[in-house]
Amino acid sequence: MGLAAPGADNLPDFRAQLLAGRSGVEFIETRYMGRVPAGVCRFDQFRYQSKKAARRGTRAGAVAIWAANEALRDAGIAIGDGNRASTGVFVGITEHGNVETEHEIFNISQYNYDVKYWTHHHNPRTVANNPAGEVTLNLGITGPHLCLGAACAAGNLGLIYGAQMLRLGEVDLALCGGVSESIHTFGIFASFRAQNALASHEDPAKASRPFDRGRNGIVVAEGGCLYTLERLDGALARGAKIYGEIAGYAYNSDATDFVLPNPARQAECMLLALKRAGMNHEQISVISAHSTGTTSGDEHEAAAIRQVFTGPRFPYVNNTKSYIGHAMGAAGALELAGNLPSFNDGYVHPTINLDDPDPECRLENIVINKALHIGEITSIMNNSFGMLGVNSALIVRRFR
Amino acid sequence: MTADGIRQAIIQIISEIAPDEDLTGINPDEPLRDQVDLDSMDFLDIVMELRKRYSIEVPEKDYPQLATMSSTVGYLLPRMESL
Repeated sequence: MGLAAPGADNLPDFRAQLLAGRSGVEFIETRYMGRVPAGVCRFDQFRYQSKKAARRGTRAGAVAIWAANEALRDAGIAIGDGNRASTGVFVGITEHGNVETEHEIFNISQYNYDVKYWTHHHNPRTVANNPAGEVTLNLGITGPHLCLGAACAAGNLGLIYGAQMLRLGEVDLALCGGVSESIHTFGIFASFRAQNALASHEDPAKASRPFDRGRNGIVVAEGGCLYTLERLDGALARGAKIYGEIAGYAYNSDATDFVLPNPARQAECMLLALKRAGMNHEQISVISAHSTGTTSGDEHEAAAIRQVFTGPRFPYVNNTKSYIGHAMGAAGALELAGNLPSFNDGYVHPTINLDDPDPECRLENIVINKALHIGEITSIMNNSFGMLGVNSALIVRRFR
Repeated sequence: MTADGIRQAIIQIISEIAPDEDLTGINPDEPLRDQVDLDSMDFLDIVMELRKRYSIEVPEKDYPQLATMSSTVGYLLPRMESL
């Protein structure tokens, strides 16, 4: 896998950050809104992308190109004539095009809103397949590509769609996951603030605090995480390093509200994923929770988890947004990545900033502020939910 | 602006559009696109930058005039010499 997260540009560093309980959130200056806490990614952009391609493309494209190249390098796979047509690129996005549109409106505002100064790059930058398409251009991949718009469930959906395309036999290798460039658009911040759902704190490292009584909203983050997903027989045949095996997945729709989640549908989604994995709720070792630090969203997910995981054996629960904020389309993919090394190191990284647990979000075995060594970890349920009522649950099993 | 000033201005614009390119040995009489990795979208960037920086409008029928450095300078000189 390859990743860019607030605080790390590779998996070992990301894992170390999580086990150390170190936040990657900082203050940034945004157009019109001033200083806000945000998750910012730093990586060597021009290792894999020319300056010209970066200038022509988007931030989401740059993040995706980094993650894709890092994933291929990590997997020991080179794209060439033998696999370029059988490789697909499937990238989850919460939104795309807001950044570029805002920049262009600001640009023409400097010219009295004369649209002859509007760039001809606007359309290729803002088409919904942009980040995935930039990856294919960069790597010479001629198989299918697309972005999956699934609000904040999109990172999981990238992986799920990759798995589906592999099962259909339409690709042999899926580069899949999700990306976010959302910190570069003031509109995301402004809309969350208007909704009373934008986090604020005098210390940015403490701004993202899911399940805490003092939580006051979302910390927006950029980032990306792409995986090389293969069918098991192919992976075994080439002697691949296997981080985990997708055991089951589900996604469904609330059909109840534009923004408010529906715990009953979330619970149904988790149960369907368990059923498809052929597992019962006591076989999940760790739940990677979606919660974003909003009052109602966290309560609803906790209620849904309590509905599904009824004991007597409970999974451990953590929340990675407490470190990196909400990486939007990348969130699900990054949060899963942060947890996957637990199959080998036996630790569950904690939810940080959980200083005053909200009883309305009570969960058995939630890991708080300090990494917990529990020994054998065999499965992770990765939850990602999003606006318009899109829910996803992805179960990954340790492969032995 | 002199012919040499216009040439420098064009080099500056191209260096920003194609930042990976070495522009030190541009032959003024060979097509720019044979010497520098410039495609049609890059060419439109040159037209846009002339508009933004110098308020120069290059109509589409005149695009062939911007094929080489020499022809570009020759085309722009009467339009930019008063700048």
